[in-house]
Amino acid sequence: MLTIKNLFAGIEDKAILKGINLQVNPGEIHAIMGPNGSGKSSLASVLAGKEDYQVTDGEVLFEGKDLLELSPDERAKEGLFLAFQYPVEIPGVSNMQFLKTAVNEIRSYRNQPALTAGEFLSLIKQKQKLVELDDQFLRRSLNTGFSGGEKKKNEIFQLAMFEPKLSILDETDSGLDIDALRIIANGVNRLKNNNNSFVLITHYQRLLDYIVPDFVHVLYDGKIILTGTKDLALELEEKGYDWVKEMAHAKEPAQ
Amino acid sequence: MSNTSNDILEKVTTGDYEYGFSTEIDMEYAPPGLNEETIAFISAKKSEPDWLLQWRLKAYKTFLKQQLPRWQNFELPEMDLQAISYYAAPKKKPELKSLDEVDPELLKTFEKLGIPLNEQKQLTGVAVDAVFDSVSVVTTFREELSKVGIIFCSISEAIKEHPELVQKYLGSVVPQSDNYYAALNSAVFSDGSFVYIPEGVRCPMELSTYFRINAKNSGQFERTLIIADKNSYVSYLEGCTAPSRDENQLHAAVVELVALENAEIKYSTVQNWYPGDKDGKGGVYNFVTKRGICLGNHSKISWTQVETGSAITWKYPSVILKGDYTSGEFYSVAVTRHKQVADTGTKMYHIGKNSKSRIISKGISAGEAQNAYRGLVQVGPNARNARNYTQCDSLLIGDRCGAHTFPYIESKNNTAQIEHEATTSKIGEDQIFYLNQRGIDTEKAVGMIVNGYVKEVLEKLPMEFAVEAQKLLAITLEGSVG
Repeated sequence: MLTIKNLFAGIEDKAILKGINLQVNPGEIHAIMGPNGSGKSSLASVLAGKEDYQVTDGEVLFEGKDLLELSPDERAKEGLFLAFQYPVEIPGVSNMQFLKTAVNEIRSYRNQPALTAGEFLSLIKQKQKLVELDDQFLRRSLNTGFSGGEKKKNEIFQLAMFEPKLSILDETDSGLDIDALRIIANGVNRLKNNNNSFVLITHYQRLLDYIVPDFVHVLYDGKIILTGTKDLALELEEKGYDWVKEMAHAKEPAQ
Repeated sequence: MSNTSNDILEKVTTGDYEYGFSTEIDMEYAPPGLNEETIAFISAKKSEPDWLLQWRLKAYKTFLKQQLPRWQNFELPEMDLQAISYYAAPKKKPELKSLDEVDPELLKTFEKLGIPLNEQKQLTGVAVDAVFDSVSVVTTFREELSKVGIIFCSISEAIKEHPELVQKYLGSVVPQSDNYYAALNSAVFSDGSFVYIPEGVRCPMELSTYFRINAKNSGQFERTLIIADKNSYVSYLEGCTAPSRDENQLHAAVVELVALENAEIKYSTVQNWYPGDKDGKGGVYNFVTKRGICLGNHSKISWTQVETGSAITWKYPSVILKGDYTSGEFYSVAVTRHKQVADTGTKMYHIGKNSKSRIISKGISAGEAQNAYRGLVQVGPNARNARNYTQCDSLLIGDRCGAHTFPYIESKNNTAQIEHEATTSKIGEDQIFYLNQRGIDTEKAVGMIVNGYVKEVLEKLPMEFAVEAQKLLAITLEGSVG
């Protein structure tokens, strides 16, 4: 599904990702954890194609294609979805109108006919149950005036609508109360199958109680320095990151 | 913003002007030059009554005393008013009995512009007055309208057939001496539309005038007068286009609206004059005076404008709220790109008690364009409980354009409530990226963001035109993302 080889990237002269290697196979859930500023959200942005970042080395293959060659919208159309940490507000554009445009853009890229109004509505009805999204959010302007939790729910709702192959959830759990967290986690668990994959970027072990990952990676200073299973997340929760940092520094030659 | 996105923006805001073609047709011109002979020539061409010729000559004398305005937020280009022709009309006119007698070239021209003049082919529910250079070509659905007593014709015809109405109201809202261009228009105006809605009548269809400048080296000076008698209602829309020409053309119109007691006039404009090329060469100078008066109590005037064209747009559709409980509204979207300039806004004069006004202005600038909102809210000493709400937003696309706001508030009554809100925002890279990440390409993303941004205003347009305006905005901004 996704192969990242020796990826280096940064903003202007500042190096942020310093040699990331990661293999995500269909049906897998990966969690990426790490202290603040380690490059977790940057990794998500680079994969989605945010143009502030320059990739200086390495390669990324997505379903066998060179991901870095594709524009951000092409990456989305190929099946890569990013649930944003801070979803933006777009006043005056209704959620419904936005979804319809996006769904049909993606369908047209895949040579599928546009959905009729009826088909679209029944798709919406079916998916909105997954995240218990109220009808009024469909009519309102995209994310405009939504609470933090509503915005995050809306991200997962979009994920459900687009059925991407690979979904990256960038700190979707931050700022959520326990009920919203449960709803979102349930949504993800129901969407998960043997053909799609998830990368969860998170600070907290809490999310992983609800969505159980196959792998947990620790990202520190632009590199994955440790990979384990769910138990690693529990260990981090208990001990913090210092021991991992020390381990990382011990591996490096003294500077 | 990075280079790639600037490139995309460049592409998105440099789409071509669709209506740039010109029509080859046998024309008749007044010799270039502005003087009393020219005025007499126009008046004679139109077989006008003497009172109007005298009115024009008086306006010309006023004009000679006028000074060019200097307060605008752009450099007024030098214009040689002696070099242009003040009358250009297709030959083969006058006295058309039916559409069959209209020059087929003209019909083709309007058809190409999407304005079929054949009633069968028209949008149902829209009557059109088509003005080509200096003359009205045809006015549709006149008979049907006249059954309920509505007069919808060219102003030239109204002058002959309804002189009492024209004489009473012409210049009553925009006096000849109002400003430089209004004085010029009063002296040399050629054609335009006239509407009278009798007492108690709700106009059953949208009325619309389509202005087309075609001739070279000429100006268009149209004059529109709309009178809504007591308890009546009318919704009126004007559209405009011009060929792509290298030289600038002057369009100096005057529009006057009169709303009597409890009457309502809704006036919408979709202005798409040729804006000039991407280097700022050519394009129409759109210097227009538009004003309405809510003469009777409880009357209402609403201006909605979508301004995408012209090299320079310079106008302030205004409302004089003379009666008590009157209401004035101004909804505007002004889009400028390349080197276009817009200095537009409104004036709301509160004279009557409990009068209220609402101003929603949305400016969008791309490329190297400059976009200014200028508005006056004036509350007179007798206007107890006057209320105004102004919201004025500017959106910048790219980093070479400018947005400016010049609000003026003058209140002489301490019971007035005046609110002013203004915002300036840049089209967010984050917004574009978000939509990109959902599979929407940058061009469509910009179209979507802009249409969302102006939604409040577009909703005020008659339905048929709201869709057109949406498309127009998308086309206009094609190539301007940045």
